[in-house]
Amino acid sequence: MTTVGLQTSAATTSRSAPGSLPRPVPAASRWSWLHEVDAVLLLAVTVLSVVGTVLVWSATRERLVVAGQPPQTFLYKHILNIGVGVLCAGVAMKLPYRLLRVWAPVIFGVALAGLVAVLAVGSTINGSRSWIQLPAGFSLQPSELAKAAVVLSVAAVLSMQPTLLRRGAPPDPPDHVPHRNVMAALALCGVVMVLVIAQHDLGTTMVVAAILFGMVAVCGASLRWTVGMLVVAALAGTLMISTGALDDYQVQRLTAFANPGADPRGAGYNTAQARIAIGSGGLTGQGLFHGPQTQGRFVPEQQTDFIFTAAGEELGFIGAGGIIALLGLLLVRCCRIAAKTTDLFGRLVVVGVVCWFGFQTFENIGMCLGLMPVTGLPLPFVSYGGSSMFATWFALGLVFSVAHHHAITTRPGD
Amino acid sequence: MSQVTHKTRSSRRLLVLQVLVVSLLLTLAGRLYYLQIHEGQRYAQAAASNRIRQVITPAPRGDVVDRNGVKLVTNTTSLVVSVSRTDLNKQPDGGQQLLASLAYLLGKPVDEVVGRTKLCGEPGAPPSPRCWNGSPYQPIPVAVDATPEMALQVLERREQFPGVTAQLTAVRSYPSPWKVNAAHLLGYVGPITEQELQRRQQQAVQELARAGTALDDQTQALTLSQQIRGTDLVGRAGLESQYDDEIRGSPGVRSLAVDHDGNVTGQADEIEPVSGNTVVTSIDARLQAVVERQLASAIPQTRTRLDHTTGEPLKADAGAAVVLDVTNGQVLAMASYPTYDPKVWVGGISSKQYAAITGQEANFPMISRATQGQFAPASTFKVVTMPAALQGGDYPLDARYDCSGTYDIPGRTVRNFESLAYGLITLEKAINISCDTIFYRWAYEMYQRDGGMYVPNPAIVDTPQALQAARQADARDPMMTMARRFGMGQPTGVDLPEEAKGRIPGRAWKLGYWLDTRADYCTAASAGYPGVAATDPTRAAYLQQLARENCASGNIYRPGDAVNFSIGQGDVLATPLQMARVYAAIANGGTLWTPHVARAILTPEGQVVRTIAPHADATLNLRPDVLELLRRSLVSTSIRGTSSSAFAKAHFPLWRFPIATKTGTGEVYGKQDTAWMASYAPADNPRYAVLVMISQGGSGTKAAGPPVVGIYQHIFGVNSRGWVDSDWALYPPSGPSQALPRLTGSTSAPQSGQRPRSPASASRSGP
Repeated sequence: MTTVGLQTSAATTSRSAPGSLPRPVPAASRWSWLHEVDAVLLLAVTVLSVVGTVLVWSATRERLVVAGQPPQTFLYKHILNIGVGVLCAGVAMKLPYRLLRVWAPVIFGVALAGLVAVLAVGSTINGSRSWIQLPAGFSLQPSELAKAAVVLSVAAVLSMQPTLLRRGAPPDPPDHVPHRNVMAALALCGVVMVLVIAQHDLGTTMVVAAILFGMVAVCGASLRWTVGMLVVAALAGTLMISTGALDDYQVQRLTAFANPGADPRGAGYNTAQARIAIGSGGLTGQGLFHGPQTQGRFVPEQQTDFIFTAAGEELGFIGAGGIIALLGLLLVRCCRIAAKTTDLFGRLVVVGVVCWFGFQTFENIGMCLGLMPVTGLPLPFVSYGGSSMFATWFALGLVFSVAHHHAITTRPGD
Repeated sequence: MSQVTHKTRSSRRLLVLQVLVVSLLLTLAGRLYYLQIHEGQRYAQAAASNRIRQVITPAPRGDVVDRNGVKLVTNTTSLVVSVSRTDLNKQPDGGQQLLASLAYLLGKPVDEVVGRTKLCGEPGAPPSPRCWNGSPYQPIPVAVDATPEMALQVLERREQFPGVTAQLTAVRSYPSPWKVNAAHLLGYVGPITEQELQRRQQQAVQELARAGTALDDQTQALTLSQQIRGTDLVGRAGLESQYDDEIRGSPGVRSLAVDHDGNVTGQADEIEPVSGNTVVTSIDARLQAVVERQLASAIPQTRTRLDHTTGEPLKADAGAAVVLDVTNGQVLAMASYPTYDPKVWVGGISSKQYAAITGQEANFPMISRATQGQFAPASTFKVVTMPAALQGGDYPLDARYDCSGTYDIPGRTVRNFESLAYGLITLEKAINISCDTIFYRWAYEMYQRDGGMYVPNPAIVDTPQALQAARQADARDPMMTMARRFGMGQPTGVDLPEEAKGRIPGRAWKLGYWLDTRADYCTAASAGYPGVAATDPTRAAYLQQLARENCASGNIYRPGDAVNFSIGQGDVLATPLQMARVYAAIANGGTLWTPHVARAILTPEGQVVRTIAPHADATLNLRPDVLELLRRSLVSTSIRGTSSSAFAKAHFPLWRFPIATKTGTGEVYGKQDTAWMASYAPADNPRYAVLVMISQGGSGTKAAGPPVVGIYQHIFGVNSRGWVDSDWALYPPSGPSQALPRLTGSTSAPQSGQRPRSPASASRSGP
């Protein structure tokens, strides 16, 4: 068992990370952190971003022409979003790692304030009251920020060392997260989920639940917590549908995927059109910018929640399967980072991000394919949408930060 | 800060999480494979039907022209104002305000415009045909006769009339040359019904299949049903219905690529519509106009006279006139009274108009009395029963017969017309004066010879054997068989829809009718008629007595039935067209032609698609001497018989144009007499059979005589003073030309008033 003390990232000498992949060691520079970055992960994200940009361009230009706007509007905004997202990632990486825990309550507070604000001044889109309109046509979705805040703060709470508080007490055995940590994490998430449910944002609620579930499961707490959460989730789901706590539109969207033909012009319309678009793509697709369903604007919300349908139709099984593969690669590389990280906080942050991206990927593509009910969740790095783009890049930055920290703390010779 | 290792339970759970993530993504990939590769073909089809819309371009209906090529029905463009239901529903008040202001603009009642936009069958919708029978997604025409000013207002005030459009559309038009109506011949067009729709959908799907448009059937049928419904009209009566398949043409189909909002992004395929073919009829519009005018003027003239038994004014509630070409069965003209204006059907009929042309008050103007009206033919029927007696009963032609005032048969005494006795007279005179008693005697004697009163065994009256026996007895009856040979009791086969077949009330008919009605009669026999008894006890008693007889022995063919049959009374029924055909057959020497209205089908360019050749149903095999006697008698009837007064009043030069006529005055229980005059001319070389019937018109000579004479005046060019001017004649001595008209597109009706010139009415000029 290798036990390494806490070290700051102040050390600027770069060496190759231990393990199977020795890296070349360039001279120290301000870009040295780049060499700590998982190149495969970065490549996957880059390709996803490029493909996403092209798909957003393909899915929006006809719509914009019909609406009488310049066809590049969404393309430019999307590229701008990616740029801002990359900056966010940089910020996350440049935050001193040890300060992340300190920052966690602040970020959590900001996210909470945003969620409360959205209830007060937010605008409703597609039944969810999740947007704060900003000047110049921009809008913010505090729930996206909340996902990152949940990841950071739950990781901080779960990895809290009681011994730090109670001086002199014997340390908890390794791999043993006390119940009060789990309960604190549940309480934090409970607050967020209540606020998100109040926005009628079912998708974010489920993402938060998935993040919480994954982190509690992996943190090493008693298995009873994991099982208990599964049971509660199942009960809550049944209860919400049966008591009518869900709005009609939510139930309709949830059930429409099972039988899209029941109301092809109403709730089932999206799913039916989405499936037609994907199905008609075949093996090689209709060709970029040549999908009749996409260019004919048959799939609603195609640049955001249904971007995968554009991939399915225009790029075919090869392209759409490639997107799934790239996302899979992204998730697997993140898991690898989590597995390598010996620091519980860092590992939990990465696990939270994996659960977040993983759930959103499965839900988003699953709903396009008619496997999952329709909820408004974007496909990470591909869908159009500012807030989600910033949040996912920020989360990616956190993952890089964790990897970087692990690399410098396990440098041989230290 | 807690540290974890690779071997802790955290790492194990992380591994589980990783496996979970990968398996979920594999699930997605599997599903993607299923949709795109396995089901790809199906979804590709669904995508095609998603974005291909088929627009049916209706074909212009073909024209109907008369024998000279004058258009009777054609198309014209009209400004049609339509309303989109989709846009109506977007209005906060469901479009109430919009429709109200639109109705005001169009000058129509609000209810009517609102009703027209309702789907048939939905709550608050008026009954068909005043509701919308088409797809709710199609614009609904609310006015077809909009003026350009109305259209401009609608188009310029878009914000006030969202979803309202005005555009030029082809609608049916009736040029009415010489003010011809001919509604019962031409028929009208109306919205398609569900059954017709299915039939046509199959047809359209075949068209598409032939054109090679591959779409899955369900989508195709759905698209077609939305397109065909409502927009297309089908023939509803008359020639429009009979030759609908020929007139309709085949619609064009345009396959358009559309986007999500239905905006057309391109045209995938187009099949041009094919205009409907032209039906060339045997009708002569000029003669038709004359016949209609003669009939229409005879009705009010008849109403000025009084019924000879009751002294009340004659009702003259209906009438019919038929002119046939005796050499081939072509219908030269045919009219029915009351009539209607086929224009009222164009673009949807209003409630008021619909009530006016279907109601009892108007005496059902939609019914063609000439082919669908059935009346007792009365004495006009004697040209059937006399040869029956002479050929089937072997009565001598040259003998004299006793025309007594009355004639006794078992159980009752039957009377001659007005009980007049003429003593011993020739057969020619018997026809001239229309002596009934001679026919009674023949009928009763032949009836006895056929076996007399045929009483079927009461035990077997319900069985097919009884019916068989009754049929055999009918077949032995010379008068029944002769009537059948003349085509009575069965449809003539004229090419007009829903023809009535008349009735030969023989033993078989009596038995069948009795079996149908026995229960009702037997109930009435015991219960009486309390409703009638309250107001008229005498009549109630009479009806009860009748019910008793009918209950007990209504199946028996009695001597009274036989003698009534011999003079075309009792239960005999015939349509005016059937009787006209009987006289045409006598005129042409015994050939029973199938009456025909259409002569040929031409393409819109005038190429002959097919000609409709005259078709002879049967040859009557009348003995030449019998035929000669009949013709001689009918000719002299015009000179010195029952018809003579009509010709005399008009100073008609029978010496130059001999005309064979026979009148009939049919007694109808509870109604005034039916007036008939049947004829053919020229008697020496027959070409025309003219028949006029006026229901509740009283005397045949007085009511039906003047229009018959009037028609002949126009045919031969005779004025009311009896002067002949061949320039006035509709036809040269050789009769109407049999050549098909050449349709060059410039054949239009001359302005009304050029021809025919209108001689003064026959009766007005009489001394």
